[in-house]
Amino acid sequence: MPLVELTDVHKTFPAARGRTPVEAIRGVDLTVEAGEIVGIVGYSGAGKSTLVRLINALETTTSGSVQVDGREITGLKERELREVRLGIGMIFQQFNLFRSRTVWGNVAYPLEVAGVPAQEQNARISDLLHFVGLADKAHSHVEELSGGQKQRVGIARALATNPRLLLADEATSALDPETTQEVLALLRRVNRELGITIVVITHEMDVVRSLAHRVVVMEAGRIVEEGPVVQVLSDPQQPVTRRFVSTIVDDEPDAEALAALHARHAGRFVKLAFRGDEVRQSDVFAVLLEHGVRFELVFGGIEEVQGETFGNLTLALDGDPAAVDAAVDAVRALVPTKELAR
Amino acid sequence: MTDSNMDQLWPLFWEAAWETLYIVAITLTLGGLLGLLLGLGLYVTRSGGLYASRPVSVVLNVLVNFFRPIPFVIFIAAVQPFARVVVGTGIGNPAIIFALTLAAAFGISRIVEQNLVTVDPGVIEAARSVGASRARIVRTVVLPEALGPLVLGYTFAFVALVDMTAVAGVVGGGGLGNFALQYGFRQFDTVVTWTAVIAIVVLVQVVQLAGNTTARRILRR
Repeated sequence: MPLVELTDVHKTFPAARGRTPVEAIRGVDLTVEAGEIVGIVGYSGAGKSTLVRLINALETTTSGSVQVDGREITGLKERELREVRLGIGMIFQQFNLFRSRTVWGNVAYPLEVAGVPAQEQNARISDLLHFVGLADKAHSHVEELSGGQKQRVGIARALATNPRLLLADEATSALDPETTQEVLALLRRVNRELGITIVVITHEMDVVRSLAHRVVVMEAGRIVEEGPVVQVLSDPQQPVTRRFVSTIVDDEPDAEALAALHARHAGRFVKLAFRGDEVRQSDVFAVLLEHGVRFELVFGGIEEVQGETFGNLTLALDGDPAAVDAAVDAVRALVPTKELAR
Repeated sequence: MTDSNMDQLWPLFWEAAWETLYIVAITLTLGGLLGLLLGLGLYVTRSGGLYASRPVSVVLNVLVNFFRPIPFVIFIAAVQPFARVVVGTGIGNPAIIFALTLAAAFGISRIVEQNLVTVDPGVIEAARSVGASRARIVRTVVLPEALGPLVLGYTFAFVALVDMTAVAGVVGGGGLGNFALQYGFRQFDTVVTWTAVIAIVVLVQVVQLAGNTTARRILRR
């Protein structure tokens, strides 16, 4: 049974005065299996923030079904929803820590809400602060912490009530690259060591690449593409997905770059796509050499994501035209090949 | 200086000072409490608020906007009939305390609302996300997060109340303002007037300092 199951979910925000209603979510089906990390990517306004807020019922659906842990949560009373929320942790881009409380007090908050006895609270908070590496900051105030430390407090607070699911809303977007890696490493531990399912929303493909098992791409309130991270990164289908993937994986030079490259390098330009380990680059290069074709690598790169290798290489092929034609045909049999320029 | 009656007026001065203190203390407590409730009402019923309700919000706003702009000296006269019903008299300190409490409640409600809206909606969402009820959020998040500015707001209200007590004399109320007008201004006794002025300034300074210090402690800056 999936941990989260959304079926044909719609969410329309009623019109503010003098404005039209906003259809934030337009028919989303989404399944999150227990134990996985799902990355939801999309530009701002794509509906991803609304989507996660439907999962923990901070927003209510206009229509459709949301099931969490086998329980239908649409139509539940506020009282019952509070119970559901206790079982779902959430962290935020701006951390949203209570300034009026210390680090300890922040982590204590969900436990107070849940009515956990004081003795138990103390043990739990102490464990959590050790887990996130902030035991020495227990009595610090929020403003004394760095961004990364604040998010670690946020994570400890979100985990306080032992949730099965953690929702991360742009949790690293306000952090510098180094701190981002720290927080991502912590989230991986949350998933691996505690077995907590994580849904991350982000516009940073880096986060998806290094954290998620599966990626869901949203545009204009709909899911336009989803799949295992390696598959989506190596073979994006939708334009919006390609734009996201291009931020971390070089695809092919755009028209302007291509013209500039072509001016500097003679020959025919082809883009070769390497997916997984079935075809090695050396095999392809060997074919080119056999045909007496000289080549230069002018654009692209090879990525390794979660143990799988893939990438796109743009080559400038130089030699006898007939030999180049024959070489391209032979290469085409090995890897997806695209003509870019002659 | 030799023309001044201040020498004989010290007992009256101390009585007036005491009257100002207790009038302000009672009205700040009662009006402060009413204002807090009214301000909370204004805050939680705003659109997007925890208990967002357009009708309630409109009613509260109209109510506050109706009473708040009335100059206090006219407000005293206007609510005098109600004072007779509620505190049994339309004159003297009880009438002043009644009018001042009402006026303070409306004024303070806006101060409270203004300070509460500065609470980051994100922390409220964080509290909701762990399953806190709305009433709990008001008590354990909204008020504590806004406590520093609220203390400054109430300090401001205290000073405004001292100011408003000055006109207590119009319905026979006492206090330093009345003392200054009656024994200073009307007797052309500048020394008496300025004695009252200095007493008021000292009182305001002490309270403002205490308020600032408390707020700084709460805000830790």
